[in-house]
Amino acid sequence: MNTMQKTFRIIDEDGIHARPATALVNTANKFKDTESFAEANGKKVTLKSILGVLSLGLEQGDTLTLITEGGNDGDALAALQEVMINEGLGELHE
Amino acid sequence: MSNLKGIAASAGIAIARAFVLEHPDYSVSRKDVSDVQAELAKLDDALAKSQAELEDIKARTLQELGEKKAEIFESHLLILNDPELIDPVKEKITSESVNAEYALNETASQFIQMFENMKSAYLQERAADMRDVTKRVLKHLLGLNYVNPSEISEEVVVVAEDLTPSDTAQLNRKYVKGFTTNIGGRTSHSAIMARSLEIPAVVGTKNVLSSVQSGDLIIVDGLEGDVIINPSEQTVAEYRAKQEAYAKQVEEWRKLRTEPTISRDGVHVELAANIGTPNDVAGVLDNGGEGVGLYRTEFLYMGRDKLPSEEVQYVAYKTVLEKMEGKPVVVRTLDIGGDKELPYLDLPKEMNPFLGFRAVRLCLERQDIFRTQLRALLRASVHGNLRIMFPMIATLGEFREAKALLEEEKAKLAAEGIPVSEEIQLGIMVEIPSTAVLADQFAKEVDFFSIGTNDLIQYTMAADRMNERVSYLYQPYNPAILRLVKMVIDAAHREGRWVGMCGEMAGDSTAIPILLGLGLDEFSMSATSILPARSQIRRLSQAEMKDLAARALEMSTAEDVVALVDSISASAE
Repeated sequence: MNTMQKTFRIIDEDGIHARPATALVNTANKFKDTESFAEANGKKVTLKSILGVLSLGLEQGDTLTLITEGGNDGDALAALQEVMINEGLGELHE
Repeated sequence: MSNLKGIAASAGIAIARAFVLEHPDYSVSRKDVSDVQAELAKLDDALAKSQAELEDIKARTLQELGEKKAEIFESHLLILNDPELIDPVKEKITSESVNAEYALNETASQFIQMFENMKSAYLQERAADMRDVTKRVLKHLLGLNYVNPSEISEEVVVVAEDLTPSDTAQLNRKYVKGFTTNIGGRTSHSAIMARSLEIPAVVGTKNVLSSVQSGDLIIVDGLEGDVIINPSEQTVAEYRAKQEAYAKQVEEWRKLRTEPTISRDGVHVELAANIGTPNDVAGVLDNGGEGVGLYRTEFLYMGRDKLPSEEVQYVAYKTVLEKMEGKPVVVRTLDIGGDKELPYLDLPKEMNPFLGFRAVRLCLERQDIFRTQLRALLRASVHGNLRIMFPMIATLGEFREAKALLEEEKAKLAAEGIPVSEEIQLGIMVEIPSTAVLADQFAKEVDFFSIGTNDLIQYTMAADRMNERVSYLYQPYNPAILRLVKMVIDAAHREGRWVGMCGEMAGDSTAIPILLGLGLDEFSMSATSILPARSQIRRLSQAEMKDLAARALEMSTAEDVVALVDSISASAE
């Protein structure tokens, strides 16, 4: 199965809070055939769970990898990236 | 039918069904179930009901309060549908043959604990969202008949032990026609809030909560302080008539909205309003306020989990100044401590919080907090007519120190090339007797005084205003208080300064004739008191009130003063 991923550094001073986490989960849910995951601090959770995303306990300066698998994985990753940037959550980590 | 007497806290009459605000019992115990499928169906049913409720609240919030406030319910919906929560609950019901409420409570507790153990204060707070969602589902599982006050969708009178700031913030003005509480007085939070929301209220009834059930018809008379439970048809008719008469009276007052406040013999005084948030400005203008005499900035600091940034404050101050369109706005710097706590500051509990580390005392030590506020104020100053006032000043040293910090921040902004108004007046609250007594010395250094009567009375009479048992000592008309007020006004006028008053007393119809006679320049009150006060002052002659005030100062008790004022009003009518 295809897998794509991108890594971000969290720039929001509150880390990832409820509003952007909601936006991320809603976006992931739009792609029914694609599995989406978030990986940080050695923990990997499904992006389709807000409790999962919040449980990562992300703080400013942490790095977060978003992973999409199968289906429209390319579109899904692009949409998730847009949320990360537009919400002022993170920036692409070189 | 039964009658109760309380304190008239906010004018007007409400007639509606009672809504008893209480906190229900969500405790659950573990039970074995034989029919697992039925238990799963029960869970699905509770989830579906919760989902429908949340969607309804979200839509209503979106419509009434905007997108920002509705977002929280969007996250609640996601939690409700979260596979990480629901799958383990179902798994627990199936594998252990236990009841749904127990399975939900156990699983949710793990998440709540997880949030509480997180490093970030923000994520710790998310435990509250988890609790909210859990309670909502539990309510349906347990068959509790509980409506959250924010979800009231029919006209009601709210009945409660007391209303906290967060309770009142949740109340929907469209449906809440009035409220009545067991405890509280005219200056308690719930009373002040009722007046700013323009909702009739009677507080301090002592036992309304035990006398009423949700659904009972109830009349709240915020003019007289009466509460009537299950009134007869005749009584309802009488109060409908009274309600109409009051509405007519309000209409009469409204004709004075754009009129100046001038006494019968041509003396102008300024009627201003007390506000807590930028949203209150609309009510000030609507009631014909000539300025803001007290902007209580502590609401910016409350109901959040960290200090407000300079930018957040700047936007709030700028909004108020712009909306007031050049009319004066007196902003009181942070007055926290006493009955107003900030959990995130983590201040130690004190034996006597009203005599302790609060207001300017705290600001002079926590300069980081104070300087941020001063910078935000200075930056906002170019957007209107800003006046800054320090609370709880007891000595000239405190005033000088606070002023020096303001000057330092002003110089820093100048160096950064950020414009600051040159016209900012700088004043102090007079609420500590030492400052009232030494007003002649203060008057040489400040631009204005604003007399804070609620605290001035409690400090002069040595009576905690939160303590019901000594509430008889809250005596605004005590000649001792009147003499202090006179000292402050005379001292200010000798130096060419103006004096305002921003306590409850400034809007009180018994106090107004005396204050006018003492030469008070600005009266700041709840917005809804402005038009009645203007109507009253236009009928009074200041020259005559000077005589009245002189006689009041020679009285020996508060009761004598009230009798004196009553005799004057009686002869005038």
